[in-house]
Amino acid sequence: MNSAAVTLRRRDPALASPQRQLELLRRGSERLAALEPFAARLERAGLAPLRAQGIEVLQVNVGKVCNQTCKHCHVDAGPERTEAMPREVFQACLRLLERTAIPTVDLTGGAPEMNPHFRWFVERARALGRAVIVRSNLTILSANARFAELPEFFRDQGVRVICSLPYYEAGFTDRQRGQGVFAKSVAALQRLNALGYGQAGGGLELDLVYNPAGAFLPADQAALEADYKRVLAARHGIVFNRLYTLANLPIARFLDYLQASGNLEDYLEKLVCAFNPAAAGAVMCRTLLSVGWDGRLYDCDFNQMLELPVEGGARIQDLDDPAALATRAIRGDQHCYGCTAGAGSS
Amino acid sequence: MTKTYYDPADLKRFGNIREFGEKLGDKFFDWYNAVFAEGALTKREKALIALAVAHAVQCAYCIDAYTTGSLESGADERQMMEAVHVAAAIRGGSSLVHAVQMMNKVKSVSM
Repeated sequence: MNSAAVTLRRRDPALASPQRQLELLRRGSERLAALEPFAARLERAGLAPLRAQGIEVLQVNVGKVCNQTCKHCHVDAGPERTEAMPREVFQACLRLLERTAIPTVDLTGGAPEMNPHFRWFVERARALGRAVIVRSNLTILSANARFAELPEFFRDQGVRVICSLPYYEAGFTDRQRGQGVFAKSVAALQRLNALGYGQAGGGLELDLVYNPAGAFLPADQAALEADYKRVLAARHGIVFNRLYTLANLPIARFLDYLQASGNLEDYLEKLVCAFNPAAAGAVMCRTLLSVGWDGRLYDCDFNQMLELPVEGGARIQDLDDPAALATRAIRGDQHCYGCTAGAGSS
Repeated sequence: MTKTYYDPADLKRFGNIREFGEKLGDKFFDWYNAVFAEGALTKREKALIALAVAHAVQCAYCIDAYTTGSLESGADERQMMEAVHVAAAIRGGSSLVHAVQMMNKVKSVSM
């Protein structure tokens, strides 16, 4: 088991409270209180109120159990967490898919593979003809014998695998995700490549995700993708399809890191200064619906971790009118500056 | 009253130099921004060059700015340290190469 850090819930239960985190970002100091409220910034950009434009992706967070405790984790996931989506909530997700034309299911966590209903749900979603994305931390594939055949399962189900690799070298990766994670990630990527993942036009899509290993913004996506492809191919024989760059949002363990390292105010000011109206207009929450492990619905995984439910606060088990969610007003707060900075976060 | 010459917060106030000379300030910043735009060299190459030069001229503001700038252009610590070594090698080398002149002089006046 990799352990880069303990969970925030164990280290600082007070800061683990979503309400406390929201208050900290809004008014935690004079400098933070002086930052323009996100809603006002959207108004000034002519984008308010931000509304959903349909639901293209049903993102299902299957729980907070994970074999890693990455330092930046906005979920505060880890091995000692116990929250896991029960079968009845998964079934409610399938019922929603049957009633709608949502084309893609995106499984995240924690480590989604660790949920006991994971394989069953992937099979059922694929049987409904939906594209399935699994956000894998890669090390889960070698963490335990019961996960050892997951790469073959992914291939057989035609799953698109998106996995985190903060850098193409061990330094940044291991400091953020745990000692030895880079080496294990390389081995997992090589295994996926051997099964056909990552070949251009091959049909088995393998994408990587970069996020900064600290309080700075991500580099240009195209430039980094070229570097990753060049170095990973030359040194490890690894190929992949696309690289996505994500900014770290000031939530849970990353917020804790920002505060403890004295970077919180500078980082928030940096995010606010980097506000990009084009990125704001194309934020992923406009075409995504997020489901929590207990069935509660959110605009995105970040709102989920801050316990900001969708307008009306519905649960997927009780959903009468999914059509209304397709044009809902999206809830935002100061953390949203993370997705609207620079080129945006995909 | 400040007790140190440098305040990190002053880096963000660089643009304020326009207050004492708007026209020249504008010319400088227009040119500065054009220099760092992607061109024949990438943004990362320029950030690393700037980082190296910042160490050569020992500007604390520039070291701060281009450390972040290099990280935000995708460089890592090893790349950045190599860039600083380039600066150090040039500074050291520029002293040492003049030793050739010293040696020439020694030989011209020595039996």
